[in-house]
Amino acid sequence: MRTIAGGALAELMPLHDAVAELVGNGDSVALEGFTHLIPFEAGHELIRQGRRELELIRMTPDLLYDQMIGMGVARRLVFSYGGNPGVGGLHRFRDVVENGWPHPVEIEEHSHAGMANRYAAGAARMPCAIMRGYVGTDLMAHTTVAPITCPFTGETLTAVPALRPDVAIVHAQEADRDGNVQLWGIPGVQKEAVLAAARSLVTVERIVDQLELRPGGIVIPEWVISAVSEAPGGSRPSYSLGITDRDNDFYRFWDKMSRDRDQFRAWMEENVLGKGVSKT
Amino acid sequence: MSATSTEITAGEVQTIVAARRLRNTKTVFIGVGRPSTAALLARMVHNPELILVYESGTIGAKPFHIPLSIGDGELAETADSIVSVPEMFSYWIGAGRIDVAFLGAAQIDRHANLNSTVIGEYANPKTRLPGAGGAPEIAASCGEVIVIAPHAKRTFVEKLDFVTTVGHGDGPGARERLGFRGRGPTAVITDLGVLEPDADSCELMLTQIHPGVEVDKVREETGWELAVAENLKTTEPPTSEELSALRELLDR
Repeated sequence: MRTIAGGALAELMPLHDAVAELVGNGDSVALEGFTHLIPFEAGHELIRQGRRELELIRMTPDLLYDQMIGMGVARRLVFSYGGNPGVGGLHRFRDVVENGWPHPVEIEEHSHAGMANRYAAGAARMPCAIMRGYVGTDLMAHTTVAPITCPFTGETLTAVPALRPDVAIVHAQEADRDGNVQLWGIPGVQKEAVLAAARSLVTVERIVDQLELRPGGIVIPEWVISAVSEAPGGSRPSYSLGITDRDNDFYRFWDKMSRDRDQFRAWMEENVLGKGVSKT
Repeated sequence: MSATSTEITAGEVQTIVAARRLRNTKTVFIGVGRPSTAALLARMVHNPELILVYESGTIGAKPFHIPLSIGDGELAETADSIVSVPEMFSYWIGAGRIDVAFLGAAQIDRHANLNSTVIGEYANPKTRLPGAGGAPEIAASCGEVIVIAPHAKRTFVEKLDFVTTVGHGDGPGARERLGFRGRGPTAVITDLGVLEPDADSCELMLTQIHPGVEVDKVREETGWELAVAENLKTTEPPTSEELSALRELLDR
C-alpha cells in the first residue's frame, strides 16, 4: 500500500476496486464532509462489500453513519455530533447506543473543536494537539483528553490525541486524470482527514482534463492520495456545491422512515444493497 | 403599532425576542432551527449589518431562506469567507472573535449549564442525544451566550444528567477558575419569558415575561425554585413589522 512518502500518482480506479483494495475489515475509517460533500456512495460501497468491525470516525455521523451502523458495519464510533442537522436525532445511532442493535458498539465522543484539532494533529504527524476546551464538562471523564501545562505561560490547557485513521474517504467536485483533486464550498475537515490517514480515497463528481482553479478552491495533490474514483452524484443526499443540491426533504424523510428497524432494513436492501457499482 | 396578540404564537414571540437581542451585535454564531430564524429576522428588521457565522465555516452568510442544516449551499454561496472546521474553531471561535452565540439544549440548570448528550446514565442512557458538537468551546470563548429553549419542566431541571457545556458552573467565579474568556450565558429566552443570571449568585432569574403568561406558569415549568426579579418586565408585543417579516421569512 502507498505510503506518505510514496510520491506515486493516485490511481484512478472504479469505486468497487478502490474500496476493495483500500479498506479491510477492522480498519479505522474516516469518511468526512461537514454537511457538504459527504461521501455517501463510497459508504454504500463499504456496506455492499460487507465490511465489518470498522472503527468509524466522523465529526458528524449524519445519515451515512446511521446507515452504516444500522447495517452492522461498525465496531466503534468516534464522533462529536450524532444528529440529523436541523431535523432531530439519528435513530439507528440512538438504537445502537440505547439498545445495542444490531450489535453493541463502543463509542468515543469529543467536541467539534476537539475532533478538528485531532485531525489537524494527525495531518501534521504530531502526537497531539493543544487547545482550550473540555474543562468543566462531564465529557472530560468519558473521553481521551488530558490537561497539559504551557511551558511558557504556565496556563493549563487541554491536549487531545492525534487522529491517524487507516483510511480517509472524502468526496470532491472534480479530479484531473493524474488524480489531483479540487473541492470548493464548505471545506470541512476533508484535507486534514486525507493528510491524517495512512491511505485515502477521494470520490469525485467528474474527471476533467485540466483542473480550473477556483477562488477558495482547495487542491489536494495526487501524491498524497491513494485512489480516486469517479462517482457522479456520490454525495447525495448531501451535496456537491455547484453540481448537486442538498436534498433536505430526504433528511426529513429519513427521520420518519428510519425509526423502524424493519422499514430501515427494507429501505437499505432496496436502495443500497440492490443498487450501485459493486460487482462480484 | 402592535399586531393582534391573539394571532401570535408563543414560538413567534420567542423568535422575535431573540432577534431583538441582536440589535447592537456585530457577529453572531448560530446553529439551526429557531436561532437561525431569529438571526435572519434580526438582519431583516433590527440589524441589517449583523454578521452571521455558522460552524460549517461560513462567515458573513446572507441566506434568503432559513437553512435546514448549518451547511446548506446557500450559506456557502452568500458567505464573505469560507473557512475549514479547524480554522473556524481555532481562529474564530477559540480566539474569541464572535460576540454572541445562540445555543440550545435538552436540559438546562439554574446556572445555565447545558446538557445535549444523554438523558439517564452515560453508559446506559434512556435517551441518547446528539452530543456536544461545537457547544462547549463556543460557550467558553464567545463574548456571550444566549440560550434558546422551550420552557418545560423536563428541560429546566434541578440537576443535569450530563454537563455537556458549562454556563456559570457552580456559581460565582466558576468561569474564571476554568479559564474561560467569554462572559457565558447572559439570557435564556423561552416561549414563556426571559431568564437572566443574577449578578451576585449567577443563578437564573425570571426578568421578563411574555404577554399573557402568568408567573406561576413559569414557576410550574421550572424544575427549581425560580427567583423572580423585583422589576419584572413584560415583553413588548411583537410589532406588525416584526411579525410580518417573520412570517414572510418562514413562508419563503
